[in-house]
Amino acid sequence: MLSVDLFANAIVAGLLLGGFYAAVSIGLAITFGQLDIVNIAHPAFVVAGSYAAYILNSEFGLDPVLIGLLMAPLFFFVGIAIYRVYYAAFERTGQESLSGLAFFFGLMFIIEVLLIMAYGVDYRLVSAPYIGQSIDIGFVGLPYRMLVPFGVAAALTAGIYLYLSRTFMGRAILAVAQDRLALQLMGADPVKIKQFAFGLAIATTAIAGSLLIIIGPVEPSLGRQYIGRAFAIVVLGGMGSIPGMAIAALLIGVVETMVATFMGPSWSPAVSFGVLLLTLALRPSGLFGRK
Amino acid sequence: MIKRRSFMRATLASGVIALAAASGALVSFAAQAAEPIKIGFSMALTGGLAGAGKAALIAMEIWRDDINKKAGLLGRPVQFVYYDDATNPATVPGIYTKLLDVDKVDLVVSSYGTNEIAPAMPIIMRKKLVFPSLFGLAVNDQFNYNRYFQIMPAGPVPKIDWSRGFFQLAAEQNPKPKTVAIIAADAEFALNAAAGARANAKKMGFKIIYDKTFPPSTTDYTPIVRAIQATGAEVIYVASYPPQSVGIVKAAHEVGLKAKMLGGCLVGLQFAAIQQNLGPLLDNIVNYDFWVPAPTLNFPGIEEFLKKYQEAAKGKGVDPLGHYLPPYAYAYLEVLGQAVEATKSLDQSKLAAYMHKTTFKTVVGDVKFGKNGEWATTRVLQVQFRNIKPDNLEQFAQVGSRVVLYPKQWKSGDIVYPYAK
Repeated sequence: MLSVDLFANAIVAGLLLGGFYAAVSIGLAITFGQLDIVNIAHPAFVVAGSYAAYILNSEFGLDPVLIGLLMAPLFFFVGIAIYRVYYAAFERTGQESLSGLAFFFGLMFIIEVLLIMAYGVDYRLVSAPYIGQSIDIGFVGLPYRMLVPFGVAAALTAGIYLYLSRTFMGRAILAVAQDRLALQLMGADPVKIKQFAFGLAIATTAIAGSLLIIIGPVEPSLGRQYIGRAFAIVVLGGMGSIPGMAIAALLIGVVETMVATFMGPSWSPAVSFGVLLLTLALRPSGLFGRK
Repeated sequence: MIKRRSFMRATLASGVIALAAASGALVSFAAQAAEPIKIGFSMALTGGLAGAGKAALIAMEIWRDDINKKAGLLGRPVQFVYYDDATNPATVPGIYTKLLDVDKVDLVVSSYGTNEIAPAMPIIMRKKLVFPSLFGLAVNDQFNYNRYFQIMPAGPVPKIDWSRGFFQLAAEQNPKPKTVAIIAADAEFALNAAAGARANAKKMGFKIIYDKTFPPSTTDYTPIVRAIQATGAEVIYVASYPPQSVGIVKAAHEVGLKAKMLGGCLVGLQFAAIQQNLGPLLDNIVNYDFWVPAPTLNFPGIEEFLKKYQEAAKGKGVDPLGHYLPPYAYAYLEVLGQAVEATKSLDQSKLAAYMHKTTFKTVVGDVKFGKNGEWATTRVLQVQFRNIKPDNLEQFAQVGSRVVLYPKQWKSGDIVYPYAK
């Protein structure tokens, strides 16, 4: 069964899948990796982003990716509001470790229930001219349903990386992750910086959500499927490293796809999590993590 | 005179006492008559199966309202006591324990789906209750419980009957295809369906050249479809849940699948929202179903029920057409209600005996249970999508978009073969 075209298609499909995983995980790389906030509700926000795409796509026929971009500022402010509550209730009093986790668990369920109450539990899908079509380059097939999310995810990852590494606010976010006290001594307000960073992370979920619903149907509890995978990618990449997260996402995508193609799809999660465990055993700080 | 006056007083007093006693008895009788019959169940109202679970609940409530308009069961109103099992099998035993020990329900019925029914069985069996169940595939194969009654028309040998029609249709083609691929989700229902498909494929002389499972959380199905394509399998049997079914159908189109037959057990292709979204991608897929608009399946009461359901479903985010599960959710309560009325009892042994020997008239047609509580005769339809237009929901409510190919008794057209043009 091993043939060059099957191998090449599996690699390409894995890269496309990995690109989508990067879009889902990039916000978590900021909150969990850089801000030390275990936002377990992150995938639920992604699903909320999918519902935003569904509503505006079915009402006005807008392209899901465009909707994701339009909704990102709204999600940004929602993220800021959530961080304010989290900070006031838990972080300020030093109870963020366990109580904060419970807070985000609760938030995840609230998002799910709100979506159920508002839109029911039926599967929701979007229409776009490219969904269901594909382009062939030689013997490699590229479904637009995966290619578009890959392109958007690549642009999103590059944009976030450049923002964090080239702007004052971006560097401040990286600084708050490394040494909060030093930042305070330099006259910057770590809370405001963390608040901005959390808003940025939630803004990415609007875009990731629009990509999720391009790939397949969504229902309110779908986000739970991505909790383990997204956290694994962030840890594998090396907590807080955006390039590391992107490479880890591509690696998980390629491993899953290769295993699905040549061994059997039921082995995919075991092998990809095996890769995570092996990497952490050899390099506990992840692929690009600081020692 | 005094004696006469005393006699009059005594008579009056005894009359008042007698009247009071009589009225007390009447009040007591009325109270007993008004005491509802409680039917308890768990249902997937959140989580992955909630789309179907909520639709089932709407249908069940229509039955409850219908029966209460006709003075209820045994002259008592029917009341539901139910809890959301969140599509989590682990919650089911606790729910039924509470229903029986705390809520003291009179009758129980199952949640929706194999994975949610099986965990309730040990509790139901311990209490020796009649258990009408909703869409469990081969659950009783392992329990052999004689008070289990399954409304899905899988047939007496559910695992085998489920896919018999699909492979029989493949075997009837000329030239007969030789190779089969089986792909199933890693979940109890899909694995049962795949086991039956395996047996049917072997029995009918096909060679299985691909036989794998996949995790339900899979995001992209193109690698799986490409791997199957690489084997050159002519007939592809898929057992999957709705999100996976959508992924597989889209991937088949994107990869340009060359198979001669595709389908079998794609759950979700019966749901209106998914049908509308997939549109022409569904063309020529042969898949199981239980009811479609066809002259052969126009049972008494089904149209009236669907009208009520479609009205009730508006704005609730559930399947707007309700062809797949809702009629059967209504029917399993019809069966239970008819048994209670006929035996004039809530005695579980009497109900079970009656349900075993009777042919019930329901909105899904005549229902007769076999020894194992499955339908005595299979009615798993194999239907083929034909000439589907994009983004058009109405077409699925009309005759012709889904043609019944099997069983012959219910057939409404001939197969278009092969799947790939």
